[in-house]
Amino acid sequence: MIMQTLRKKRTGPVIFSEYKRGDAIKKALSMTREDILFELKDSKLKGRGGAGFPTSTKWMLTAAAKSNEKFLVCNADEGEPGTFKDRVLLMELPELVFDGMVVGGYTIGAQMGIVYLRGEYEYLLKPLEDYLEAMRKDNLLGKNILGKNDFSFDIEVFLGSGAYVCGEETALIESLEGHRGEPRNRPPYPINTGFRGRPTSVNNVETLAAVSHIVMKGGSWFAKFGSDKSTGSKLFSVSGDCEKPGVYEFPWGIKISELLAAVKAKNTKAVQIGGASGHCVPKSQFDRTLAYEDVPTGGSVMIFNESRDMLHVLKNFMEFFVDESCGQCTPCRIGNVKLLEGVEMIEKGEFTFSHINKLKDLGRTMQLASKCGLGQSSPNPFISILENFKDEIFNAGNGGRNGK
Amino acid sequence: MFVAEKNALSEEIESFVNKYGNDRSSLLMILHEIQMKHRHISEFAQQEVARLLNIHPVEVYSVISFYAFLNSAPKGRNLVRICQTISCDMKGKSGLVKAIERELGIKIGDTTKDNKFTVEYANCLGLCDMGPAMAINDQVFLQVTPEKAVELLGKVK
Repeated sequence: MIMQTLRKKRTGPVIFSEYKRGDAIKKALSMTREDILFELKDSKLKGRGGAGFPTSTKWMLTAAAKSNEKFLVCNADEGEPGTFKDRVLLMELPELVFDGMVVGGYTIGAQMGIVYLRGEYEYLLKPLEDYLEAMRKDNLLGKNILGKNDFSFDIEVFLGSGAYVCGEETALIESLEGHRGEPRNRPPYPINTGFRGRPTSVNNVETLAAVSHIVMKGGSWFAKFGSDKSTGSKLFSVSGDCEKPGVYEFPWGIKISELLAAVKAKNTKAVQIGGASGHCVPKSQFDRTLAYEDVPTGGSVMIFNESRDMLHVLKNFMEFFVDESCGQCTPCRIGNVKLLEGVEMIEKGEFTFSHINKLKDLGRTMQLASKCGLGQSSPNPFISILENFKDEIFNAGNGGRNGK
Repeated sequence: MFVAEKNALSEEIESFVNKYGNDRSSLLMILHEIQMKHRHISEFAQQEVARLLNIHPVEVYSVISFYAFLNSAPKGRNLVRICQTISCDMKGKSGLVKAIERELGIKIGDTTKDNKFTVEYANCLGLCDMGPAMAINDQVFLQVTPEKAVELLGKVK
């Protein structure tokens, strides 16, 4: 049922531009591995999961790692609140993602690709497996792909079991290996010691989709879009208070106000960029741009209008982090609980400013001391919402919570 | 558990192990299959999986306790999950939850007396543009109104 409801015809400059299944594989197999890496380097493509690591560097290092077994993992554990672009890509354009995986496998010298699909997207499992089977029939997967003698590659889909932290690449690998999804200490990085101790490149769904287009149209074509430091386009998952929520493709560098106009958002008070672990941008900063050099994002854009209670929003985010912290390291496990308690104190009007300031300090400690990105970024909304909306939250004279 | 049931479950787990292989990396897929079919992974099932994968049963328990979609205690025959994350929250999650609680006579997190439903919150289901979202077992429903939610529950056997 969901398949029909969600399928739409989409157009866009890069990701949503024309593409035919298998094209990138055909072209890539006629190129040398070095040529593909150079195209990627020219494109300046950065990882689309949010961290923004240069894809060409990751693949170059994995390609250079010596091993007779390597893996390419597609990170489809899209768990960041407000993000759903990967669902759309996998549902509507699996050819872009899978072709990108085959290209990646060829470039780094992997024999096996694994899609780590989040458990919440279980309804995609069957269609994706059917799609892979059709690719095998056309020899786009399997032994000696398209007659290329020294290249065999296959893709499997692995279903996650509902853990946000598994989007972190080392936790994802732990999970693939049948363990609790607890992040590893780094180094070593997966490019050297990944799945089963072998060199592994973990790439976001959207990154792989971009690779298919870059192979077809070239790195310099891709780099024409966006800004100097943020090339290409980005898929934005837009939700919240607007008339037209959904997935949009815009070149990097679009202003927040332009995006809000495009999705017909009215009376907007704030926008949460980058999901729960991102930053809350108030109205006064809507002329800022979405780009790695200004407001970076994995694509989540949640819009709040004037009627929304920002403390309630913050509480929702902190409850999420308390739920999803893996519990391995102390700053994250205990810190998030303390921050949530702080929010509840404000809610009840039983707080002191000195305590809240201590909690902000604790948040900064978590950013430094947590083991992985979860605890390093979970204090972001606490710090940015309490700072940017202090009038609303603390000042009774402005009709704030404590004046109600 | 009767001996016949135990034998049937053992055979089933063996077939999963054959399907995915007896490597440790098959563990989550095997547990997922058992979970889907029985809505929980009993102590006996955990021991069987451990035996066939040649690992300690506590390793299996440790993994089950980590993941939100795996559980060792039995739940109702049908699992209803309502997305609690902010986008769905803003689109009226609370009304949905209240309607379901009233209709089934339980609080969220509980199982109905006839064991037909367990109702839980879920973290972001990735359907933020079409909230509020609700899942019944492996099916998801979009833009669910309180009235529609109750209607959907009525259709479940």
